[in-house]
Amino acid sequence: MSGDVRHLYVHLPFCAHRCGYCDFVTLVGRRDGHDPYVDALLIELALEGAALADDLETVFLGGGTPTYTDPAALDRLLESLPGAAEVTVEANPETVSPELARLLRRRGITRVSLGAQSFQPDALQVLERRAGPDAVRDAFYHLRDAGFDNISLDLLYGIPGQSTADLARDLGEAIALGPEHLSCYELEAKPGTRFAFAHGQELARQAEAMEGYLELVVENLVSAGYRWYETSSFCRLGRQARHNLGYWRGEDYLGIGIGAVSTVDGLRWRNRAKLAAYLGALSERRPPPRDEEPLDPDVRRRERLLLGLRLDEPLALAQVEGAVDGTGLTRMERLGLAELRREGLVLTTRGRFLGGGVTAELMAESPAKSTI
Amino acid sequence: MSTLDSIRNFSIVAHIDHGKSTLADRILEVTQTLSEREMREQVLDSMELERERGITIKAQAVRVNWRGHQLNLIDTPGHVDFTYEVSRALQACEGALLVVDAAQGIEAQTLANAFLAIENDLEIVPVVNKIDLPQADPAAAAAEVAQLVGETPDRVLRISAKTGEGVEDVLDALVERIPPPLGDPDAPPRALVFDSSYDQYRGVVAFVRMLDGRFSTRQRLRAMAAGTRFEAEELGFFSPHRSPTPTLEAGEVGYVVTGLKDVSRLRVGDTLTAQESPAAEPLPGYKEVKPTVFAGLFPTDSDEYPALRDALEKLRLNDASVSYEPETSQALGFGFRCGFLGLLHMEIVRERLEREFDLDLLVTAPNVAYRVLTAAGEELEVHNPAEMPREVELVEEPYIRASTIVPKDHVGSVMELNNDRRGRFHHMEYLSEDRVLLTYDLPLAEIVYDYYDQLKSRTKGYASFDYDLLGFEPGELVRLDVLLAGEPVDALSLVVHRDGAYARGRALVDRLREEIPRQLFDVPVQAAIGSRIIARETIRARRKDVLAKCYGGDITRKRKLLERQKKGKRRMKQVGTVEVPQEAFLAVLKLDGDRR
Repeated sequence: MSGDVRHLYVHLPFCAHRCGYCDFVTLVGRRDGHDPYVDALLIELALEGAALADDLETVFLGGGTPTYTDPAALDRLLESLPGAAEVTVEANPETVSPELARLLRRRGITRVSLGAQSFQPDALQVLERRAGPDAVRDAFYHLRDAGFDNISLDLLYGIPGQSTADLARDLGEAIALGPEHLSCYELEAKPGTRFAFAHGQELARQAEAMEGYLELVVENLVSAGYRWYETSSFCRLGRQARHNLGYWRGEDYLGIGIGAVSTVDGLRWRNRAKLAAYLGALSERRPPPRDEEPLDPDVRRRERLLLGLRLDEPLALAQVEGAVDGTGLTRMERLGLAELRREGLVLTTRGRFLGGGVTAELMAESPAKSTI
Repeated sequence: MSTLDSIRNFSIVAHIDHGKSTLADRILEVTQTLSEREMREQVLDSMELERERGITIKAQAVRVNWRGHQLNLIDTPGHVDFTYEVSRALQACEGALLVVDAAQGIEAQTLANAFLAIENDLEIVPVVNKIDLPQADPAAAAAEVAQLVGETPDRVLRISAKTGEGVEDVLDALVERIPPPLGDPDAPPRALVFDSSYDQYRGVVAFVRMLDGRFSTRQRLRAMAAGTRFEAEELGFFSPHRSPTPTLEAGEVGYVVTGLKDVSRLRVGDTLTAQESPAAEPLPGYKEVKPTVFAGLFPTDSDEYPALRDALEKLRLNDASVSYEPETSQALGFGFRCGFLGLLHMEIVRERLEREFDLDLLVTAPNVAYRVLTAAGEELEVHNPAEMPREVELVEEPYIRASTIVPKDHVGSVMELNNDRRGRFHHMEYLSEDRVLLTYDLPLAEIVYDYYDQLKSRTKGYASFDYDLLGFEPGELVRLDVLLAGEPVDALSLVVHRDGAYARGRALVDRLREEIPRQLFDVPVQAAIGSRIIARETIRARRKDVLAKCYGGDITRKRKLLERQKKGKRRMKQVGTVEVPQEAFLAVLKLDGDRR
């Protein structure tokens, strides 16, 4: 391993059940498939490992439900993965037993991202989550007992039927647990999904109230001492998700597993999501089927812009040369939605609530039309 | 018989649907100008649009032979907006067939065109058509027509253009009653350009009526008013296809292929003569008709502006009554302020531009011309509400005298409509036991919106309508502005009567609030007269965007989404800081047609 890439993503697609709103690459059940999958992952890692630096900054195991993976297979994988300053595993509350917590700790995991989503039983039922509110709390304490001092909670807002008061209660209960990090997402009901079909009308009814949900989230978490460091992410001092920060700062990353995406030296590739083809190719030590997308410097600078503006830290203009729409910038500054400081470009608080709308204004349409 | 003696030039005056085109077709058939195989329904209405709408827009001239005579039929449009085209066609004729539907009797606009023909000293041959219809009352219709043109009812021909009954009698009557053209075959040549068209390959084709002398192919000609010189590349007549002939003789109607590529160099109304031994005096030109209705035409895609300019230039050769001048709108970009003869004319011009020139256009609310005396004592003519000064001493608007013929049961509702539209009663007359001619004086501005539709629905379609311009009269008129985030939107300014200003402002503001998507900031929408706000709404700012998560696997999709969003913005019109979709303008401009 002698490359420059300092972030590794490992995709573990298996789940006990597919939740109605989920749009990740997931596979339900297939316990007998876990071992061959881990074998394939390790072969892919060996094939691509040359891109990785000797000292990795982060490793992230995402899913799916990584902690649903058969414990022996998971243990074997963790044992074989390179170490890093931050090693995160995503976990569903119902899978976190004291034993699993200890296994993760023993295998060098430094951070757990717990998919709590909500503390209200009704909301969890709507989301088709298996864990009740108590399971969330139990999982959290098992992790603490095993010695984890860096836990993140995922919360969803805009759940069908969720009132402003329900959301405020969720935030209160999450804060009471005292996680180091929180990720809060608005639930997206993608048109055409069975979730949208089942709950579309309810979501349309509450659309008006949902306009203010992000403001409520930010208000509650910031006043509880969290830093709103990224559009959807909050942390205690110095506890940013370093892996995700890598994406947002435009750093290269290697992703392995089905559906995983890598960006290395101006090339992005996405492994196809078909399990059989993935296993087949790697059993012959060939790279799995993938789609490639070359990123020219202009595209990279525009991505740099859209990612960088998610953060609360100024984005140095030198990194986004040609990607900024000068007229749009002037407008956004006049409207108080963006600021150009000496250190770089940053969205104001109001600008951050509007997110993509402001970014679209700031992004140049093509290199020729840019004025900065 | 000399050449002149064997020629008859005539046109047909008729209301829409009274069978003018069918009669023209039948004449082509009876005279064997076209074989049966070539006969198509309504051959003369060659433009696609005309076929669809069932009306004639462009005058055409067709030559047929009947019992040793050359008959030239100059087709005329049948709608109130095209009085200008009718007058040009009539000047090339010595007679006119006045066709009236045996079931419906005279319509208001037939009156107008018949009077126009009488004023031009044309011999009128009255014809009652559709006698085959079960509900026809040929005797009553003949009596009405006879009274109108000062003939005895027995001189009114009774025919069915559909079955062909009586059509030969019509041709005989044309020969007998219409005088041959006057003119001197040996004098220096003079020909009146009564219409023209543009041929992509051969340039300007002038439709002419030879008055004196003759033209020969390859002869060098000159347009007397414009001074333009060219060679007659081809001479001919329509049968109804182009039929080249070596000469055009005094009294004949035909065409001249000029080869001119610049459409502005040969104007309708000009006189053609020979370059060598030319005529001393031009013929009197056509009466210039001034446009009465104005609207802005803007390309939906601003890149199409040069294409629109070229299209208007070419269209004007075909339709000299369209006027246009460049207009710049902060909301709609570069376009043209165009003058039309009326609303139907405006619709037809728009459709022709879109179809024949493949343009996508946005047309602003139509308005009339205003005469303004400014506070500084300056006199202006304003064709665009955005140019109406906010401080004025006096505003005058055009008035019309509207003639409506309506069954007596609907008189009350027409009077009510006219009173609502600031009308002044002028005259009422029973044309027959059942039919009433009502005349009112009305501001033209009151009929440019949806007057026709209202009239139609209130009279179940039985009213016929025509008008003459009376002149300008002072009115209590104010300029109504629409402001978005404090900035006036020029394309949406209106001139309205003071009494209707509040309701109008309210409706505009409500519609805009619905149509403009929420922005990144609060947008006040206001209607104002001068500095006084008369209606206000606020489009509340968006408070959030779809943020979602964005990790390594989402970046490409996210970028493409933003790029699409950015592209979408380009289709928006920027009004100050507000982005307004084209559809919002359209919806509001349409409101003017929908009001009440």
